Amino acid sequence: MTPPLSTADDATRQAEFEARIARGESIEPKDWMPEKYRRQLVRMMSQHAHSEIVGMLPEGNWITRAPSLRRKMSLLAKVQDEAGHGLYIYCGTETLGVDRQELVDQLLAGTAKYSSIFNYPTLTWADIGAIGWLVDGAAIVNQTMLAKASYGPYARAMVRICKEENFHKRQGYEIMVTLARGTPAQKAMAQDALDRWWWPSLMMFGPHDKDSPNSDELLKWGVKKKSNDELRQRFVNLTIAQAKAIDLTIPDPELRYDEASGNWIFGAIDWDEFWRVVKGDGPCNRERLAARRKAHADGEWVRAAATAYAAKRAARDAGAAA
Amino acid sequence: MTVAAALAPAYARYCQQLGDDRLILGHRVSEWCGHAPILEEDIALANIALDLIGQATFLLGRAGAVENAGRDADALAFLRDDRAFRNALMVELPNGDFAVTIVRQFFFASFSRLQLEALTRSPDTEMAGIAAKALKEATYHVRHAAEWVVRLGDGTEESRQRAQDAVNDLWRYTGEFFLTTSEERALAAEGLAVDPATLQAEWERSVRDVLTLATLTTPATSWMQRGGRDGKHTEHLGPLLAEMQVLPRSHPGASW
Ligand SMILES: [Fe+2]
Ligand SMILES: [Fe+2]
Ligand SMILES: [Fe+2]
Repeated sequence: MTPPLSTADDATRQAEFEARIARGESIEPKDWMPEKYRRQLVRMMSQHAHSEIVGMLPEGNWITRAPSLRRKMSLLAKVQDEAGHGLYIYCGTETLGVDRQELVDQLLAGTAKYSSIFNYPTLTWADIGAIGWLVDGAAIVNQTMLAKASYGPYARAMVRICKEENFHKRQGYEIMVTLARGTPAQKAMAQDALDRWWWPSLMMFGPHDKDSPNSDELLKWGVKKKSNDELRQRFVNLTIAQAKAIDLTIPDPELRYDEASGNWIFGAIDWDEFWRVVKGDGPCNRERLAARRKAHADGEWVRAAATAYAAKRAARDAGAAA
Repeated sequence: MTVAAALAPAYARYCQQLGDDRLILGHRVSEWCGHAPILEEDIALANIALDLIGQATFLLGRAGAVENAGRDADALAFLRDDRAFRNALMVELPNGDFAVTIVRQFFFASFSRLQLEALTRSPDTEMAGIAAKALKEATYHVRHAAEWVVRLGDGTEESRQRAQDAVNDLWRYTGEFFLTTSEERALAAEGLAVDPATLQAEWERSVRDVLTLATLTTPATSWMQRGGRDGKHTEHLGPLLAEMQVLPRSHPGASW
């Protein structure tokens, strides 16, 4: 057993740690880190991993109804990528001493958070386009910043994941382009999807900076490099032109361009809705958790079989070696 | 190569049959996405579904080209009624539990691997190319499924029972794989099709080996269900197609 560290040692280490962050060095799993830094990372990374996994459900809803073989394959590949992202980030949390099962249990127990955007339903095919364009698009803005996060394994995971998210975004936008240039019914479908997904996408960046409890610490430690509001603005600025290019209307009557700042100024976000969905009363919160729980419960006997078989194999191999 | 005019209609239907098996099975496997027992299987099953639908796209594309009536792979997938589908009955059955899905996958992939292996020697170079690519995938599908059959069979008492039930339930659909249609016989004479009857002994041997390793009993052969090759399906295909085809059917002429 290691003796408890004196507070003086802790203070020194903390100062060294903060100096490293200030110099822009990356923190690696074996390095000393403040417990709160570790906890913040586990929180962020697990929420991210859970979001990838829960995010498979609304999109998976359209795999069997994708309107062409090419679209079906792209969507399957996308959902498969998201599963891969989840797996990869769960592995990342293991470098912080937390195992995947523990995190999955928290998700199933309903005590872990995931991105609220996935608590909205996918009602039409255009939603698959809108999700790729807006939701993956917002994720890219966020993850491009996280690719410079101070924790090495997370930053590296983001670099790799971001490449695929870019591909997803392009595919999603391409679906929207096709619909927007299609029949009147298809164009209406695209506009309706934008109307429903626009505001929830802006909410993906989280509360305003002044209402974001974790932001200061995350910024101080270089886990985040930009604030929620800065990222949200960046996303809006990037997206408006894309909507205009395909003649879709952003559902915000107050939207206006501000010459001085070069920003698109948008109307007020409905924070009541945001908190309602975060707290569990979104349109699909219950369905999403129920689906994850059912998959887990139905798979119990399969996992038990795999464990039992592996144990038998190990025993046989040991017997053969003896 | 261009297929002799006299054989083209039969060959187009044969390509459809090859495509339909893979399209419908790929559809079923894709239903698992997001609902698998472990995350690694979500990924593996999505990958398998993707392979199957990719194979179907090439095969139906070939069918359309040979048919030469202006139907592409999408038209064949989304605008045919169930009586025009020629897939084997087994691939349209509902997923059941993980054991049913895995055993079905194992039975079909073991057949597909042999069929594709033979088709790599097709004088139709396009088909030979499609088969060569698909064979690599099918070889992985057999391995994936066989590993799970062994884990389930030789896992717990419950998993063994579920695996044995799946084998017993699905066995009666295996015979259809090896029924030779009159078209297949004519095409096989030209090397354009594989006579599936010639694959049966090898299929049974390789399947039995894995079932034995999995401590499972190979059922005695009894009455084998049939009908898929003639478009006489189970009641499960209609709802599957209704779901799969809904968008192209409800927006005639739209492109996606
Ligand atoms: Fe992702
Ligand atoms: Fe994505
Ligand atoms: Fe593959």
